[in-house]
Amino acid sequence: MRKPVLVGTAALAILAMAACTEKPGDTASGGPIAVKATDDSCEVSATKTKAGTVTFKVSNKGTKVTEFYVYGKGDRVMSEVENITPGLTRKLIVELPAGKYQTACKPGMVGDGIRGKFTVTGKSEKLDADANVKQAVKDYEKYVSQQADSLVTKTKEFTDAVKAKKIDKAKELFPVARTYWERIEPVAEKFGDLDPKLDGRADDHPKREKDPQFTGFHRLEYDLWKKKDLSDSAKYAKQLNDGVQEVAKRAKSEKVAPLDLANGAKGLLDEVATMKITGEEDRYSHTDLWDFAANLEGSQAAIAALRPVIDDRDPKLGKQLDDLFSKAKKELAKYAEGDGYRGWDKLSKDDLKKLSDAINALGEPVSKVAGLVSKGK
Amino acid sequence: MERRQVFALGAAGAAAAGAGFAAGATMASPAEAHDHDAAKPVGFHGEHQAGITTPAQDRLHFAAFDVTTDSRDELIDLLKQWTKAASRMCSGDYAGPGGAVSANVDLPPDDTGEAQGLPASGLTVTVGFGPSLFRDKHGADRFGIAKHRPKLLEDLPGFAGDDIDESISHGDLCVQACANDPQVAVHAVRNLARIGFGKVSMRWSQLGFGRTASTSASQTTPRNLLGFKDGTHNLKSEDSGDVKKYLWIADGDGPGWLIGGSYVVTRKIRMMIEPWDRTMLSEQEQIFGRDKSEGAPLTGTKEFDAPDFTAKDSSGQPAIAANSHVRLAHPSRHKGVRMLRRGYSYVDGSDNLGRLDCGLFFIAYQRDPEKAFISVQDSLSTSDGLNEYIRHTSSGIFACPPGVADDGKDYWGRALFAR
Repeated sequence: MRKPVLVGTAALAILAMAACTEKPGDTASGGPIAVKATDDSCEVSATKTKAGTVTFKVSNKGTKVTEFYVYGKGDRVMSEVENITPGLTRKLIVELPAGKYQTACKPGMVGDGIRGKFTVTGKSEKLDADANVKQAVKDYEKYVSQQADSLVTKTKEFTDAVKAKKIDKAKELFPVARTYWERIEPVAEKFGDLDPKLDGRADDHPKREKDPQFTGFHRLEYDLWKKKDLSDSAKYAKQLNDGVQEVAKRAKSEKVAPLDLANGAKGLLDEVATMKITGEEDRYSHTDLWDFAANLEGSQAAIAALRPVIDDRDPKLGKQLDDLFSKAKKELAKYAEGDGYRGWDKLSKDDLKKLSDAINALGEPVSKVAGLVSKGK
Repeated sequence: MERRQVFALGAAGAAAAGAGFAAGATMASPAEAHDHDAAKPVGFHGEHQAGITTPAQDRLHFAAFDVTTDSRDELIDLLKQWTKAASRMCSGDYAGPGGAVSANVDLPPDDTGEAQGLPASGLTVTVGFGPSLFRDKHGADRFGIAKHRPKLLEDLPGFAGDDIDESISHGDLCVQACANDPQVAVHAVRNLARIGFGKVSMRWSQLGFGRTASTSASQTTPRNLLGFKDGTHNLKSEDSGDVKKYLWIADGDGPGWLIGGSYVVTRKIRMMIEPWDRTMLSEQEQIFGRDKSEGAPLTGTKEFDAPDFTAKDSSGQPAIAANSHVRLAHPSRHKGVRMLRRGYSYVDGSDNLGRLDCGLFFIAYQRDPEKAFISVQDSLSTSDGLNEYIRHTSSGIFACPPGVADDGKDYWGRALFAR
């Protein structure tokens, strides 16, 4: 699971960045680049290499399960290797054209990770416009597929806890499972027959909370936080788990169009602006900021996949998007608490307005991306 | 691209309107002629900003913004973009060159589109800078302009009986959009807000209708929601001597960037109309010091008769009561100082007690707020008989820079940021 940013990890990351910053002469001399990952450091044996196929050999010397990422501009995931358990060494092979990158270890598989700079020099083949778009779709489909896998795992844990009537455990897992749903919501929502059953709200139904058609995440949220009684919840838990498995299956085989990425990125921000800022989404649990974070991450993932297309067609926009995504995340990070976020009901009107401003600021340039994607058709 | 072709009748209108309007003037009935006057554009560029001495339109959308960026360059860029968009909209055009329907259907349009087919409608957009733009509430000089803050640009003092709601008061920037069509005024504010996302955040905004002041001798004095003519003695564009003396900031008044500008004071004044409507006519007239139908002072017979504050009634009491509105607000009580009022009535629906949530959104321009608004409000707030029926709920003061030159480069506040 990739939980939202932990304050502690972020602080460590800054320290570790200093330790990992580029030293002149750290150029790879052929062969794999060794990465020593511990619980609070990420030592990369070279911070420069030549364009082409690059191999990293990541050894986990720490006590936590870790991940290793190579990020391009706008936090575009160039490649990653997950689930490196303590003591294990795994290889990451990635095709890197010339440019500036960041490497990241994620001890505990949470947060933004311990980042370091990584530079690739030399000649590189530039993809043509069409190839860029195709690659973006491929990258995003991979993202959806990974998120769908985690969604299945975490929804099972959540619904198992409900079935076992472990209220506290279920409450803890509710926002975690939703994180994966919310990240890929534009794809999950495509299946119109399933979405209302899994993510519908009480006011979608004539009899509100008493309506037997009121099912899914929010039904269980209601049982957990309002009714505080799970005696009737097992059937809803089973239904949710089955439905999520079906969504995940369909999402993984769903062919997304290039415009879907751009519109999805915008749609996720609209979701934040209309449902999360207002506290409507998770009205019983007030875990809206978890969903907020997930929407924002999902939006950024779609934009990141499109990044080469954006850079190709409007060189200034990418930088603007980077700045505004980072501003929005910073604003949200103010309310990080423990592994997640403060309850929506604990934020003042002024706090919410600042979050709303950050999303509006981001929404305008994101709304221009679809036009860029289609321009090259 | 014009949103709508309007055939101006007068040569002046055609000249002001530019090329799009030069096409065929047609004969029209008097009613149509009136409509056309209201539809015409008001020139955007000039020595002073439009929307002050230009004839008061019927509708208002006033908005206050807080600047959210800390970057001086971004603020300047915003003011440039706003100037460009406003000058387009005031000419009857769309906010951006792409118009309301973009050539690329995968892009949101440049303009929000609700003014398609509507003429310029006399739109004016007037911008002002609040004290907090120069130094924020933490004392920070975010944009390097603190040293250029005019001394008179300070939050208004508290007045007796004030019931100010901070969340609908003040602001770093203000935008006054007035038009003869409410949709055109709202369109202007909405598009400027959209351009501003990420740089400014709307702090509060107010809709107004039915101008409550005339700024030109050609306009009749309108009535406020209490049913009275108020502002008979308003400063009007034709009073060129007094306009110069009391409205425009001149050389030597303060920082040079503000020469040709003016200070605007805004006050939202809630009227308790239910008890007012149950008040007998003679008391209503005593409170204003004017008669309700003609608007004449109680010592005269015609609206524009000068009030005689020394006259006594048959019982030996002052004919115009000591606590009457006209006496307390009269320039003769304030060293002759005048201001240009440009307010609007508002109705924000009803409150949770079923009372009409209504009143006056007071707007007044002046050269020196200390000598004008503050002096008048000091005497009104302690003595005015009207206070029983009104509450001041919002307060704002802004320095409005001079007008924008038509050279394609000038923008609101250029002289301030060029320093």
